[in-house]
Amino acid sequence: MARITREEVLHVARLARLELTEEEVGRFQEQLSDILEAVSKVSELDLSDVPPTAHPLEIANAWAEDEPRPCLPLDEVFANAPDREDDYFKVPPA
Amino acid sequence: MTWQPVIGLEIHVQLKTETKMFCRCRNGFGGDPNTQTCPVCLAFPGALPVANRRAIEECIKLGLALDCTIAERAVFHRKNYFYPDLPKAYQISQYDEPLCSNGKLAVPSADGDVTIGITRAHLEEDAAKNVHVAASGRLHGATATLVDFNRGGTPLVEIVTEPDLHDAETAKRFLQLLRQTVVELDLSDAELEKGSMRFDVNVSVRPAGSSELRTRTELKNMNSFNFAAKGIEREIARQIEIYESGGEVQQETLHFVPGDEESPPSRSKEEAQDYRYFPEPDLVPVHPPAELVERLRAEIGELPGARIRRIADTLSFYDADVLVTGGLDRLWSALVGAGADPKEAANVLANQFVATGISPDAVNAPELARLVSARAEIPRPTFDEALAKVGDPNFSADPYLEQRLVADAGELDPVIDRIIEANPGQAEQFRSGKEGLLGFFVGQVMKETGGQADPRVVNERVRAKLQPESDSS
Amino acid sequence: MIDTLRLTAEGAKKLLDAREVSGAELFAAYRGREDDLHAFLHRCDDPGGEGIPIAIKDVIGTKGVPTTAGSRILENYVPVYDATVAARCKAHGLRLLGKTNTDEFAMGSSTENSAYGPSHNPWDPTRVPGGSGGGSAAAVSGGLAPWALGSDTGGSIKQPSALCGNVGLRPTYGTVSRYGVVAFASSLDQVGPVAKNVRDCAFLYSVIAGSDENDRTTVEVPATELPTGDSLRGVRIGVPKEMNEAEGIEPGVTAAVRAAVELAESLGGEVGECSLPRSVEYGVASYYLVAPAEASSNLARYDGARYGLRVDGDDFREMVMRTRDAGFGDEPKRRIMIGTYALSSGYYEAYYGTAQKVRTVIKREHEAVFADFDLIVSPTSPTVAFELGAKVDNPLAMYLNDLLTIPSCMAGLPGLNIPCGLSEGLPVGLQLIGPQFSENTLFQTGHVLEQALGFDVVPGRLR
Ligand SMILES: [Mg+2]
Ligand SMILES: [Zn+2]
Repeated sequence: MARITREEVLHVARLARLELTEEEVGRFQEQLSDILEAVSKVSELDLSDVPPTAHPLEIANAWAEDEPRPCLPLDEVFANAPDREDDYFKVPPA
Repeated sequence: MTWQPVIGLEIHVQLKTETKMFCRCRNGFGGDPNTQTCPVCLAFPGALPVANRRAIEECIKLGLALDCTIAERAVFHRKNYFYPDLPKAYQISQYDEPLCSNGKLAVPSADGDVTIGITRAHLEEDAAKNVHVAASGRLHGATATLVDFNRGGTPLVEIVTEPDLHDAETAKRFLQLLRQTVVELDLSDAELEKGSMRFDVNVSVRPAGSSELRTRTELKNMNSFNFAAKGIEREIARQIEIYESGGEVQQETLHFVPGDEESPPSRSKEEAQDYRYFPEPDLVPVHPPAELVERLRAEIGELPGARIRRIADTLSFYDADVLVTGGLDRLWSALVGAGADPKEAANVLANQFVATGISPDAVNAPELARLVSARAEIPRPTFDEALAKVGDPNFSADPYLEQRLVADAGELDPVIDRIIEANPGQAEQFRSGKEGLLGFFVGQVMKETGGQADPRVVNERVRAKLQPESDSS
Repeated sequence: MIDTLRLTAEGAKKLLDAREVSGAELFAAYRGREDDLHAFLHRCDDPGGEGIPIAIKDVIGTKGVPTTAGSRILENYVPVYDATVAARCKAHGLRLLGKTNTDEFAMGSSTENSAYGPSHNPWDPTRVPGGSGGGSAAAVSGGLAPWALGSDTGGSIKQPSALCGNVGLRPTYGTVSRYGVVAFASSLDQVGPVAKNVRDCAFLYSVIAGSDENDRTTVEVPATELPTGDSLRGVRIGVPKEMNEAEGIEPGVTAAVRAAVELAESLGGEVGECSLPRSVEYGVASYYLVAPAEASSNLARYDGARYGLRVDGDDFREMVMRTRDAGFGDEPKRRIMIGTYALSSGYYEAYYGTAQKVRTVIKREHEAVFADFDLIVSPTSPTVAFELGAKVDNPLAMYLNDLLTIPSCMAGLPGLNIPCGLSEGLPVGLQLIGPQFSENTLFQTGHVLEQALGFDVVPGRLR
C-alpha cells in the first residue's frame, strides 16, 4: 500500500512551507503512511463513469455587480501587522 | 541548414472594471499604498471571494472578439504557491475549464493574413505589488520587501496563443492588433508602461520543414512592442548559433530590463513548479447564459483586423496598418467621407496629426477635411497652426483658408527683381548654365515673403527673369 | 436565582420580558460562573442591553474580540470585521459571553488539539467534550451559556453535542454564511447552533440562516418553523443498517438509540430499514482526502506577513517556514501535508480526484434513501465521551469518531443531534439526517422525540 517515503515527506513539507525538525520528519512519515493507507481505500470503487462533486450545492452564476464599496481604513489594514514600513507591509526579502 | 523560429505568446490584460475581481474595492492605478484594500484582497481569515459579473462579461466579450468557443460551464481553480504579493498563497485562476478556448486572430500583412491560434482566454486575479528596498538595518546587509495590495485582485484576462508565430515582426504586429482590439472593446487601457498589458514570449527554433518542438526559452518584461521584436530576433539568433555550434539550448527564463533594450537579460532556470490546482470551493461555476453571450456578440463592432483589410483596398497595406493600429482610421474615414483625398488624408494623419497629440475623437472632421484639401494652397506655417487647433470644440478652417499663397506675378516680380539685383554673381552663373542655382533664388524669395509666396509661380517667374531671351512674353 | 444549568434561551427571554431579571443580571449569571471546564478561550464583559447572552466558537471572527481558532499562529489576532453570523447575532441583540475552545482550526474530535489545552466534559471532567466544538458544547451543558454557535466540517457540532448531551444542528450546506469564519474545508464547513433543546436550536438557526452577499455559496432558505406538537404520525423514518450496526458502536449506545427508535414508532413514526453501504464504508476515507486538500490551501495564508505569528528569517521563504512550523500544531501539519500530497502532481487523480467521485456516490446513495424516507436516524457518535488522552497518539482512531457524522456532511445534508439517553452515566446522541433544506422536519421530529424522551440535560454530578 501507499507508504510515504522520507523524501516525499520532506518534499511535501517544502511545498507546504513547513520547516520540520528531524523528530517531526520521522513521526510524520509513520503517521502519514498510516493515514494514506487508510484513505487509499477510495481506490477500491469502480468510478469509471462517476462525475466528481466539487461542491454539495448545484448552483451557478452567483456573482456581484461591479459597484465599489468602502475599503478598510489604514489603521484596520495594519491592525494585526507583524511589521510595517510607512503604509506598506514589511517582510524579509523575497 | 535553415531554421524556423517557433514563437508563442502569453498575454495578461488588466480589465478596467470599477471594482476588483473578487472584492468590491476600487480597481484602479495610483491610490496611496494599501488604501484600496479590504479583508478579501488582504486575505484576512474568513474572507471570501465574490466574482465580479462585469469582469466575467468582458472576458467573454474578448473571447468572442478572438473567435473563441465560450464554455457552457467554466470553473475557477486555485493555483497554489507562496509569495509576498499573493496574500492567500493561491491565485484564483482558471485551469481545465476556462471561459474561452480555441479561437484565432488573423493578423493582416502585406502578403495576406497570418492566422494565429488562440489556445485560451481565461479570467484570473492580479498579484499585489512588491517593492524591494534596502533594509533599515533589521537584517544587517539584507534588503526587505514592502507590499502594497492595491493592485492585488485586479481582474486579468490571460490570453495564450498556439506556437503559430514564426517571426518577430508578426509577433509584434499580433501584439499591436490585440492591444488595439481590447482598447476598442473598451475593456482595458492596455498600457505597456503602466503594466495594464503585459506579455511573455516563448521562443524556440527548429530545422525548417520539421514539426518538432525543441526546448523553448521564455522572455519576460519586454515592455514595448519594438523591444519585444528586437529581443525575439536576438534570441532566435542566439539559439540558432548554439545549435549550429553543436550545443543544446537550455530551458530558462530571460528577464529583460524594462526600457533598457541594450543590457543583456538575466537568466534563471525554470524550477519545476507544482501548483496543485483544484476547483475553488468558495466560488460556484459560471454557466454563461446564451442570451448574454449573444448580447455581447452584438456589441462588438467591426474589428481592427477587418478594417485594415478593408482600408488596404484603398491605401497601401502599410498606411492601412498605421491608421488602424494608431487608432486613426475612423477619423480618416470621416475625412474621406467629407471629401478629402484618401492618400492626402492618410499622410496628414500619420505624419503631422499624430505629432499634435490631439485625440481623434475631438476633431471636427469636415473642417479638417477642408484644411487637408487646401493644404497645397495655404502657407505651411498656417497649415501647421490650423492643425494644432483642430481639437478645439468650435474650430473652423475659414480663417486659415483665407491666407492663400501669393500667386500674383504683379506682387511677386518686385521682390524677385530685388533679389536678382542683390545677387549678380549667382545670376551670372545661372545664365552660364548653373541650373542648380534656381533653388537658391526661389528659396530667397520664399524667405523674403515669409512662406506666403506660391512656390510654383515663384519658380516660373525667376526662370523667366534670368533667361529673358527664352522668355516668350 | 437563575439556574443557568437548566434555563433555556426561550426561558431566559420570558424572564426578561416579565422583568423578573434584568439584562445585566442575566449576563452576570453566566459570566460570573467559574469556567472550570476550560470551555472558553476568551470571556467578554457585558456589552449592555437586554438580549440573550451567547457563546461563539473561536473559529468565528468577532470584531474587536480575539479570534485564535485554537491556534498559536493566530495568538493575539483581533479581527477588524465581524463574521456574518456574528453580525446577525449582534443585530438580534444577542450578547457575546466569549469565544469557546476548539481543536486547532477545528481539526479534531476532542478539543485536545487546541493549542491552549483541552476542554472538559461537564458530565465527567476526566473525559473529552468531543470536538472540534467541545468548548461550545461544554459551555452550554455546563451552564456557562444558554446557547452557542459552533462550526461543523465532519461532525464538529453534532459529535460534541452528543458527548455533552446537547441539541446541535449541522445545517444544510449553503444555508448559513461562512463569511468571516476561519476556513478549514470550504466545501464542507457550516456554522450551526448548539442549545439545550430543539426549540432554542431552531430559533438560533433562524437568526443565522439565509443567503449572504459576502458568501455566494449561500442560498435563500425556507422560513424556520418553531416545532410544537407531540406526534410523529406519517413521518417516514429510515434506519440505515450500516450506520446502526457499524463495528465500534458501543452496546450502550446501540441500546439507547434503539429505544429512541422504538419510541418514535410508538409516536406514529413509520420506521423502516434502509441502506447506505458505500457512504459508510468510504465516507471517512474520502473525507480525509477532500478536507485536508482544501485545508492545505486554506491554511496557506498564515505566512506571518500580514497578521498573526511571525518568526523571523533571513528571507521571505525562511520566515514563512519558521512561522508555520512554530505556529501550527501537529494535527494541522498532518492534514496540510496529507492535503498537499493528495493535490500534488501525479497524485491528484488517484487521491483528490477519486475522493470527489466518491463524494458523488455518497450524495446519490443518500438521494435514493430520501426517496423513501423523510429522515434517517443513527447514533451520532459510536461511543460516549472517552477519557482525555485516550486517542491523542493515534490520529486514525481519533478520525473514526466521525464515522457516522461524516457521510451526510460529504453530501451537504443537515443533521441534528438530540440526547436520547445515558450509557455508563454519559449522554448518548441520536443523529437525525434529512435531505437538503429539511431543517424544519428535523426540528419537528427532534422536538417530539425530545418531549417523549424527557432527557435531563443537566449533568448528573451538577444536579
Ligand atoms: Mg496568469
Ligand atoms: Zn478588496
